[in-house]
Amino acid sequence: MNTSVGTAAAASASKAGFLKGRTWKKIWQNRALYVFALPMTLYFIIFNIVPLYGLQIAFKDFKPSKGIIGSPWAGFKYIEKFLTSFSFWDLLRNTMVLSIYCLLLTFPFAILLALIVNYTPFNSLKKLTQTVSYAPHFISMVVLVGMMNVFLMPGSGTVNIWLGKLGIEAIDFMGSPNMFPHVYAWSRVWSHTGYNAILYIAALTSVGPELHEAAIVDGANKLQRIWNIDIPAILPTAVIMLIMESGNLLNVGFEKAFLMQSPGNLTTSEIISTYVYKVGLLNTQYSYAAAIGLFNNVINCAILLIVNKIAKKTTETSLW
Amino acid sequence: MAHTRVHRSRQDLVIDSVIGILSVAILIASAYPLYFVLIASFSDPTLIATGQVTFFPKGITTSAYEYILKEKNIWLGYRNTIIYTIASTLFGLAVTIPGGYALSRKDFIGRGILMKLLTFTMFFNGGLIPTYIMVSKMHMLNTRFILIVLGCITVFNVIVARTFFTGNIPDELLEAASIDGCGNTRFFFSIVLPLSKTIIAVIGLYIAVWQWNSYFNALIYVTNRELLPLQLVMRDLLIQGQSLASSEDMDAASVKYLMEIAQLIKYGVIVVSTLPIICVYPFAQKYFVKGVMIGSVKG
Repeated sequence: MNTSVGTAAAASASKAGFLKGRTWKKIWQNRALYVFALPMTLYFIIFNIVPLYGLQIAFKDFKPSKGIIGSPWAGFKYIEKFLTSFSFWDLLRNTMVLSIYCLLLTFPFAILLALIVNYTPFNSLKKLTQTVSYAPHFISMVVLVGMMNVFLMPGSGTVNIWLGKLGIEAIDFMGSPNMFPHVYAWSRVWSHTGYNAILYIAALTSVGPELHEAAIVDGANKLQRIWNIDIPAILPTAVIMLIMESGNLLNVGFEKAFLMQSPGNLTTSEIISTYVYKVGLLNTQYSYAAAIGLFNNVINCAILLIVNKIAKKTTETSLW
Repeated sequence: MAHTRVHRSRQDLVIDSVIGILSVAILIASAYPLYFVLIASFSDPTLIATGQVTFFPKGITTSAYEYILKEKNIWLGYRNTIIYTIASTLFGLAVTIPGGYALSRKDFIGRGILMKLLTFTMFFNGGLIPTYIMVSKMHMLNTRFILIVLGCITVFNVIVARTFFTGNIPDELLEAASIDGCGNTRFFFSIVLPLSKTIIAVIGLYIAVWQWNSYFNALIYVTNRELLPLQLVMRDLLIQGQSLASSEDMDAASVKYLMEIAQLIKYGVIVVSTLPIICVYPFAQKYFVKGVMIGSVKG
């Protein structure tokens, strides 16, 4: 009882804009909590907030010898340079193609997988399928791309051997720019669908059995029940997932694209994040790379805000 | 009426069988690539190259593993990864769990501001280059420290921990304890922590798997080959197709032998590096599911 009264008082005190003695007393009483939160707060300040200060080099001609403060201002020179550079549209297109392709592909597959698992006959099979389906999520990117290399190689890769047996010419999956988006997205379906389905499966199991019973009495078959009961039940989850994913439209993972890159497929595999790495760390054009990174981040935030707003208006489901 | 019911149940039977078949297909599609890597690593490379290895290893050989056992870089990487994984997990837990607990307390003045700070960092950050410059300014390039620390504490994990504590440590418990004269520190260590084995397992496993599988930080912040984690060593072998051994003291015969088993070694390396995860997986998977569930509750 005491605590809740204290909380209410504390809240109203700080809302009023001045700290009363009681608030300080509360803080002192709970000083252990501040000690608990301190390492975490310091961590985020050091590794997430302090670099924001360094972001100013996007607007400067940064020279490591002169330091962040000593380097002269350059205004929007580097942002402009990026927006007008000949690689800009290629990078933007490659990044968007990969992320939208992945989103459109993995999204329905996850829901489909959840429905299949939910209606799988025999409980043991159901459990086994679900557990095994998200195992690939825990395989490292290096191993995943390594496996893709050995399976998809034109000469001795297993997939091409089987294609050969079917009389189909060997396909250079990993080296050709046309194949890159497909290989990228479909391998993601393999590695992530099971994991993405976890939430949907949970949403499905929480559907009240009385709804299904009533539908059965009314003579609905399974497909009708899936369409009229289960799909509406997982819709809110789906919307939240869609918002979260769309906030990352330009955040296509560096790790996989970088590993899958080869000189042959760069025309479609060079994305913004790998470009930032090459420009910034390999060619040490720090200011230019920082400007590209900033551009990327701002667009991401904007997309997230817009999608969240649309979702709020149309479905009354939103992140905040 | 009776007629339609029979009709309906026959329809459902068809749907059931289709779903059962799809379910088995998913099972096979998820597991077979991994199973194939395992049997291929024991099989005769020429039989693999002609597509004769499908369900069981053929022409059994352990030459890949014999080679891997002698390859110093792999074991150095292995040792480094074990060090990073253990240290990261302990450090991450030591920061995330108390932090998450503090944020779960309604009487923690300032938690609103702190949550805003965390949410902000989740969506907006300096990005690669400013972070790199900062790390280099702090003289943390090429250190084990940066690989252990960077990325092992995430806002997502903190929020998962907070959500767990909010839902599992009732306010009454704290009230009862404080009436008995139990302070915050003692309450956390002797009451909260023993009730929190699940969340410790969930977050510990998240950090451990992330660190075991990660290569990005090492790629960016470390050039010293002595410090490379297993994943980067494997990248050289698997993806960059780096020549497998130093060629100085090799005669033509052993070069030819190496070229023959190069593919085999790739399968073997995949098995060796993924085995720990696969072994832990059956016991750990329920915690990953729990983590996803806790994380999905809007905090």
